[in-house]
Amino acid sequence: MMKSIGLRAAIVSVVILGVLLLVWYGATLPKETAQGGNVSAEYAALMGGAAAKSKSGLPTPMDVANTFWDKLSKPFYDNGPNDKGIGIQLAYSLARVMIGFLFAALVAVPLGFLVGMSPVMHRALNPFIQVLKPISPLAWMPLALYTIKDSSISAVFVIFICSLWPMLINTAHGVAAVKREWLNVARTLEVNPLRKALQVILPAAAPTILTGMRISMGIAWLVIVAAEMLVGGTGIGYFVWNEWNNLSLTNVIFAILMIGLVGMALDLIFGWLSKLVAYQE
Amino acid sequence: MVEQKFLTVEALSKVFPAIRGGKPLAVFEDIHFAIAKGEFVCIIGHSGCGKSTILNVLAGLDSASSGVVIMDGREVAGPSLDRGVIFQGHALMPWLSVEKNIAFAVKSRWPDWGRDKIRTHVQKYIDMVGLTGAEHKKPSELSGGMKQRVGIARAFAIEPKMLLMDEPFGALDALTRGVIQDELLKIWSATGQTVFMITHDVDEAMLLSDKIMLMSNGPHARIAEIVENTLPRPRDRHNIHKDAQYYRIRNHLVDFLVTRSKQIASGEAEAEYDPKHPPVVRPGLADDASEASNKPPVRPMMHAV
Ligand SMILES: Nc1ncnc2c1ncn2[C@@H]1O[C@H](COP(=O)(O)OP(=O)(O)OP(=O)(O)O)[C@@H](O)[C@H]1O
Ligand SMILES: [Mg+2]
Repeated sequence: MMKSIGLRAAIVSVVILGVLLLVWYGATLPKETAQGGNVSAEYAALMGGAAAKSKSGLPTPMDVANTFWDKLSKPFYDNGPNDKGIGIQLAYSLARVMIGFLFAALVAVPLGFLVGMSPVMHRALNPFIQVLKPISPLAWMPLALYTIKDSSISAVFVIFICSLWPMLINTAHGVAAVKREWLNVARTLEVNPLRKALQVILPAAAPTILTGMRISMGIAWLVIVAAEMLVGGTGIGYFVWNEWNNLSLTNVIFAILMIGLVGMALDLIFGWLSKLVAYQE
Repeated sequence: MVEQKFLTVEALSKVFPAIRGGKPLAVFEDIHFAIAKGEFVCIIGHSGCGKSTILNVLAGLDSASSGVVIMDGREVAGPSLDRGVIFQGHALMPWLSVEKNIAFAVKSRWPDWGRDKIRTHVQKYIDMVGLTGAEHKKPSELSGGMKQRVGIARAFAIEPKMLLMDEPFGALDALTRGVIQDELLKIWSATGQTVFMITHDVDEAMLLSDKIMLMSNGPHARIAEIVENTLPRPRDRHNIHKDAQYYRIRNHLVDFLVTRSKQIASGEAEAEYDPKHPPVVRPGLADDASEASNKPPVRPMMHAV
């Protein structure tokens, strides 16, 4: 009877998934009664047969499963601007996220060190951070489009902006919280500033810095979908918008699930990185 | 007087700023003392009288509110590799293994040493403190005493001119403490290092030191007295109590801690007390015949520093 917590949790997860699928299946069952049938049929004809599949017009689990099979079996085809494989669309989005995130890290981590180590810089920069932080990253979009004049780079810029703050604030916080006794050890050993930063402060603050990166990555992945809906062209956000315009809810649901899975994978990677730099006092 | 002292402390005081409505508080003031090269000095005083603060000032980690510390003819303005510190909290880096914690210090001391040379050197000190086999453990996997021993090995490994130790053996069991005390004595007599050590253990001070500085209780703590430890060297922990001087010195120290440290703090200091030249006493050399064992010994000998 003593099953491990992991096993029991897995069983419950599978049960919940089963229930959800059943409810979905039940809710999208084809209408059997004749009452109002002609309205439905007319509507169905109007909609090109798409809505005839279910009473609510939503795709059934089987439709979505078919789409999964279909799309994932050829993820990288490219038939022009409006018809690309899901792998290509995700790759565009991931590339934008990575580039924006990387530049944000290159700015946020050194700046966070500065803010965390110098009380003067902390006070001086704090008003700017406090004003800039709550601005929705998408609010920068018009400005970005006007100045950069390239929609793809504008999306990267939006990712840069939204990734910046959590990393900056966490780095500053982690650096400021480095224990005095470790710094004192470094001082009595006359460790030079660069070595102190890299071998004492960085490892001490690394868990906090990584938490910031993890939050940034989560936000970046949320924002990229919205940004790509705005700028269009390529990416998973554009894919969702495009399929909505095609009225293909099956593809929209498929894309939603893919966004969730990729987001989870990104978070798992950062969780794993956090474990690497974690230490126990 | 003519003798050039290795370390001189003059008119040292530390005032912490007022906290919410209170008055600024002088933890200690008018501290004067000197330590000769190669001397082993212990400082004893009740908790909170400012021993760690003095040690931090000597280390250059903290600055005094007034007064100067001069070492080797130069004023101490900041930390230096010449002064190895063993911290009261072990101050190990929790993300580094035992070996790497020590290697970090060794690399700082000798930046041009190769990997193998560093490893041999580190291993020597790990073995010395009896941590052989725990090289790759992280501090969180060690007991309190083991962590303290890593801190000790780290300070010894950089072979500083002066060792500053803040209750280094406090967390150790009697057996390990004995072993490391013996190692410390061995290293000290071999290297001629100067040692400044805070301890609460009267027996430890008597086993190790040349002189024992007694601090009165804070606030406004001072060096109340300097006890010269006249027990002959080499000293052996098992036979030391057989020496006639042992109980005289011990009684003197205990009496200070139990009664006199309070009296001095409450202003009952003797009129002739001069903080610039705290009385130096040698209770060990008192005349046996004249002394009743349980009476606090009146300072048998006295001279200015
Ligand atoms: N940053 C600080 N601000 C205010 N007061 C302080 C500060 N640091 C220490 N003190 C005070 O200074 C006094 C001396 O502290 P210190 O740590 O030097 O004592 P200590 O003699 O080493 O005691 P112990 O034997 O318990 O280690 C204490 O009363 C403490 O409250
Ligand atoms: Mg202390």
